[in-house]
Amino acid sequence: MVAQASRRDTLVSWGWVAEHLDDVWSRTVEHVQLTVVALALGFALSSALAALAVRHRRTFAPITWIGSILYTIPSVALFGMLIPVTGLGFWTAEIALVSYTILIFVRNIVAGIDGVPAPVVEAADAMGYTRWQRLRSVELPLALPTIVAGLRIAAVTVIGLVTVAAVVGNGGYGAFILDGLDRDFPTPIVVGAVLSVLLAAAVDAGLACAERALTPWARRRGGAR
Amino acid sequence: MGAADGGIAVSIRDLTKRYPGAPGPAVQELSLDVAAGEVVALVGPSGCGKTTTLKMINRLIEPTSGTIQVLGRDQAALPVHELRRSIGYVIQQIGLFPHRTVAANIGVVPGLLGWPKARIAERVAELLALVGLPADAGGRYPSELSGGQQQRVGVARALAADPPILLMDEPYSAVDPLVRGRLQDDLLALQAKVGKTIVIVTHDIDEAIKLGDRVAILAQGGVLAQYDTPDELLRAPADEFVAAFLGRERSLRRLGLRRADDVRAEPAVAVAPTASVAEAVDAADAMGAAWVVVVDRSADDRPAPAPDGPPVGLLAVADLRHRSRGESGGGAVGEGLDPERRPAVVDPTWPLREVLDAVLRSGCGAALVATPSPARCVITLDALAEALR
Repeated sequence: MVAQASRRDTLVSWGWVAEHLDDVWSRTVEHVQLTVVALALGFALSSALAALAVRHRRTFAPITWIGSILYTIPSVALFGMLIPVTGLGFWTAEIALVSYTILIFVRNIVAGIDGVPAPVVEAADAMGYTRWQRLRSVELPLALPTIVAGLRIAAVTVIGLVTVAAVVGNGGYGAFILDGLDRDFPTPIVVGAVLSVLLAAAVDAGLACAERALTPWARRRGGAR
Repeated sequence: MGAADGGIAVSIRDLTKRYPGAPGPAVQELSLDVAAGEVVALVGPSGCGKTTTLKMINRLIEPTSGTIQVLGRDQAALPVHELRRSIGYVIQQIGLFPHRTVAANIGVVPGLLGWPKARIAERVAELLALVGLPADAGGRYPSELSGGQQQRVGVARALAADPPILLMDEPYSAVDPLVRGRLQDDLLALQAKVGKTIVIVTHDIDEAIKLGDRVAILAQGGVLAQYDTPDELLRAPADEFVAAFLGRERSLRRLGLRRADDVRAEPAVAVAPTASVAEAVDAADAMGAAWVVVVDRSADDRPAPAPDGPPVGLLAVADLRHRSRGESGGGAVGEGLDPERRPAVVDPTWPLREVLDAVLRSGCGAALVATPSPARCVITLDALAEALR
């Protein structure tokens, strides 16, 4: 039995893809923009919260508690709740996306700084580092692998969520998927999903390489030369 | 350099530290002066507050009350990071920065003090040589070094800005005994070169005795039990606690602290094995010597006026005198010498512990002291006992 090669029945119509290369490019730009802005804002906000949590340990539990609540709200529901308040658009998407990153970032930044061995911190104090110098020159570099690990999780999470953000009127790969669902036409759905996965994998790999480049000491462990 | 000559480098007055929630104070009304250029060991059982005391000197821990003067200045009046940059600090876990190369680790304090890069690099090279690390170690990361090498880097880092005072918190407890012994020897050799004021915390009384010019023994709750030179501590412990902490064999430990040239050596005369007992006694009496060294002349053909050569016997004049009263005047001194009981020759620089060992092994009751001059002298068991009195 030979399947009929009609537009409706094939999973991917390469003709459609070829016609829409311009769209693929502009959707990619939109997707990356939404992701980068969310990660940057989320990281900045989380850094401030993590600094508060490290300095005043009692604030750590409430901060992670609020972060966890935000993290567990289903994304579509959150977008829905925001629409009456902020309307459709870029910032509605960003508010939701940023709120998902906070738990991941705060936890990883705090864990990274907590993970700096106590003797190293004591030595830094005894050498005469000021608090800020210690953070900048000792704690943050040593926390970097844990912070980058958080950044990778957050990036992959946000790239996935940006596809959902199309429901509040943003572009990105989600627009392909909505289009495909609308018209009961699988090609844009597949294209949107595959591109989203590829983007996530590429960003994850890029961050892993950046981490390696930034932590040359971690590669020479163990005394073997 | 830095430390006031012959003055007091660290002066601790009525220092007390109470931790919130603790039943008693960790350190109580402690007063202690550390003379410039001396090594002072703080030693005591765990919970005696020795580490707390050390950390109050560079204000890693803030005292509850009391004052500490560092080089004549109240250290509480200085900005804390400035104080710390002027005091070297070495800890047991070393605490090297794993993300920095060895050179960068050593250059930390000079960097904080704003030294130019070239001067830091020069200083790092100097310190690597001083602590006995190869010059190329500077480019490695701490994880690529052995534990002993890391400890050396820790010492180099503490010395980098040439601070007059060095604090060491159990610096050698984490390394194996063999390496520990070597690092202790290195520290003493280093101290002979740099002449810092060093305060070292240890729980090991042997380490305290070996390294300290003075030892402060702290009892539970940070009470100073005794503060004295190791020799004086061992000679006259202030109380039961100190005596128990010092352990048995106090006299044997003192033997390890003194050298052969600290002991009153007795004169001896050298005679040939062929000399008669009567001649030997006369020669000894003429010199006022109580000991006769029998020297084997057959070993060398030199027509020396005084007998010279390897000593083959060491005899007490009192014994020879007894022998001379017997039949035929006792014969020649060389007769009846036990080849198994060759006299021991000790160097004036040897610790008395080794001298005692040599005396006991030789079975002669005394040991000859190696001296460049032809005059002979011996160290006897009685002289050793007297030295420890």
